[in-house]
Amino acid sequence: MVQFVGIAFYYMGFIGGWMGVHTKARLLQPRGITIERRGTSTWRRELSAHAWLYVFVVPGIIYMLIFVFLPLLGLVMAFQRFSPYSGSGPFGAFIHSEFVGFDIFRGLFNGPDFWRVLRNTLAINISALIFYFPAPIILALLLHEIQNQAFKRTTQTIVYIPHFISWVIVGSITFQMFNAQDGILMMLIKQVFPNMPNVLSTPGAFIPMLLGQSMWKETGFGTIIYLAALASVDPQLYEAATVDGANRWQKMWNITLPGIVGTIVIMLILKLGQMLNTGYEQIFLMQNSLNRSVSDVFDTYIYTMSIINGNYSLGTAMGLFKSVVGMLLVIGSNSLSKRFGSSGLY
Amino acid sequence: MPKFKHALVKRSPMDMFAQVIIYILVGSFALITLLPFVYIFAGSFATDRELIERPFFLFPKTISFNAYKYIFDNGDIFRGLRNSLIVTVVGTTINMFFSTTLAYPLSRPYFKGKKFIFAMVLVSLLFTAGMVPNYLLVANILRLRNTYWSLWLPGAINMFNMLIIMNYFRSLPQEMEESAYMDGANDLQIFTRIMLPLSAPALASVSLFYAVSHWNSYFGAMMYISDRRWEVVQIMLRRIIFLTQSISSETGIDWGLLGEPPEKSIRLATTVFAVIPILLVYPFIQKYFTQGVMVGSIKG
Repeated sequence: MVQFVGIAFYYMGFIGGWMGVHTKARLLQPRGITIERRGTSTWRRELSAHAWLYVFVVPGIIYMLIFVFLPLLGLVMAFQRFSPYSGSGPFGAFIHSEFVGFDIFRGLFNGPDFWRVLRNTLAINISALIFYFPAPIILALLLHEIQNQAFKRTTQTIVYIPHFISWVIVGSITFQMFNAQDGILMMLIKQVFPNMPNVLSTPGAFIPMLLGQSMWKETGFGTIIYLAALASVDPQLYEAATVDGANRWQKMWNITLPGIVGTIVIMLILKLGQMLNTGYEQIFLMQNSLNRSVSDVFDTYIYTMSIINGNYSLGTAMGLFKSVVGMLLVIGSNSLSKRFGSSGLY
Repeated sequence: MPKFKHALVKRSPMDMFAQVIIYILVGSFALITLLPFVYIFAGSFATDRELIERPFFLFPKTISFNAYKYIFDNGDIFRGLRNSLIVTVVGTTINMFFSTTLAYPLSRPYFKGKKFIFAMVLVSLLFTAGMVPNYLLVANILRLRNTYWSLWLPGAINMFNMLIIMNYFRSLPQEMEESAYMDGANDLQIFTRIMLPLSAPALASVSLFYAVSHWNSYFGAMMYISDRRWEVVQIMLRRIIFLTQSISSETGIDWGLLGEPPEKSIRLATTVFAVIPILLVYPFIQKYFTQGVMVGSIKG
């Protein structure tokens, strides 16, 4: 760390000196009058006129070099039997570890764990797409129908709150309400259904529990984008429809829904680009030894195998697979969303 | 004409019924959102016995401050809150410094080298090395374990947030900048005295995005911070709720005549302490957050 700061300051000093020279040079020249000199490239003039801009990007570039591009070199671990103690110095281990080609990937694709993790990830994301994705749309449609502004604003204020609550708190609340010994909701449920299995440890209850948590936490906040789309629907359409004798459902079906269908499609496509990503902070908390068969997803598996158990090559290979497929999905969904008239993600 | 107006206002019984159903549905969703908070709060003042015997309540029969007494005597939670505050304030400052300085040049049409830097940004948006290389970089190469730099530096720029700021800079009128140039201001002065103040709404939204994510995240702290003195509040809550079997064995305090610590209500009260800071600031940040969602969805 100390070296890093040292290098950063050294670089800043270097830039500063270079700036000083150029500022002085510019001071000698009256502003607004550009003297065209043959042989001076426009590049250099541009550099001295806006020298500060080039200073501004330095921290960002250093950040990206160290924390985005340097780790990419670490991907070499996926093709090594990486042993952190095989070499000295910060990078020694990366050079001295045994190179094994695609062996790690072969082991990964032939073993059961990879397919289990992939299946779990897809199961969680597809169920979320079916059950959780429509929730904010439905709530937004309902909120849109409410004419009492005070009621509408109050409910909006309330349902946005859980978005700001951490997963640890959401998990704690779930745990305290559903745990088998003294969870309050569990006791209530047991009075009605005595055979109800333990929600926190039964594998079959894991995905419904995740969806319930996500709905509680994010449905309200998810309405914002749809409500904004609804606000831009021309009110004259409703007036005209009312005059024509359309009822509530006809108006909802023929005016409101077409008004937000574009937003829905874009949100859906963007979701498809994230099919390998799961909210691992949420899942990791709710995971326990009893539900591991359904709860292990890419990030939790990589964390357990690599950070806890020290098998770095395995986790890197799995992460590389996830990154490559994830990138293809994002690129695909982005061009798809552009076809639907959105400006896309980038 | 009056007849027509009447027809507009009058509602069929069916429509009235639908209206009532909609109010009930929306109202009950709001209620479901609120109830856990109310229960956690009420339960933290109850005795463990009541918590076990009564299935659900909004007001405890016997009000007990034992859980809070334990938490105040123990004092751990305040250390956790203080640590989280440090992580959040310094972390957000670092985020904003890195994000605005990168966003500003990228927003200027005359900035050469924009394409190259954009390519770098796009790579970081689309492709990540994954958890393991990042972990080894922070823990083994930079040796930031058990320092908050491990929480501040790896995520110093969130590219989405940076792009929100960039789009906002782009949307500001050019004339202001041009006249400042005429008056002899340099880019640093234009940036700090004109662009930043003009972008206050967007900067407020983005810094709140950063701050809330610092305050709420626990995964980084779980990976890098093992020293209990530097434990943030989320990690502390996770330890107490998920990992501790019994609080009395955890603390090693001899409760003697006091009897066992009120396990259940202590857990509830700890949750209350973790929730309260967010609820306190929520009324002030709600506006900026909804605004930020909209700024983020409009692209330049």
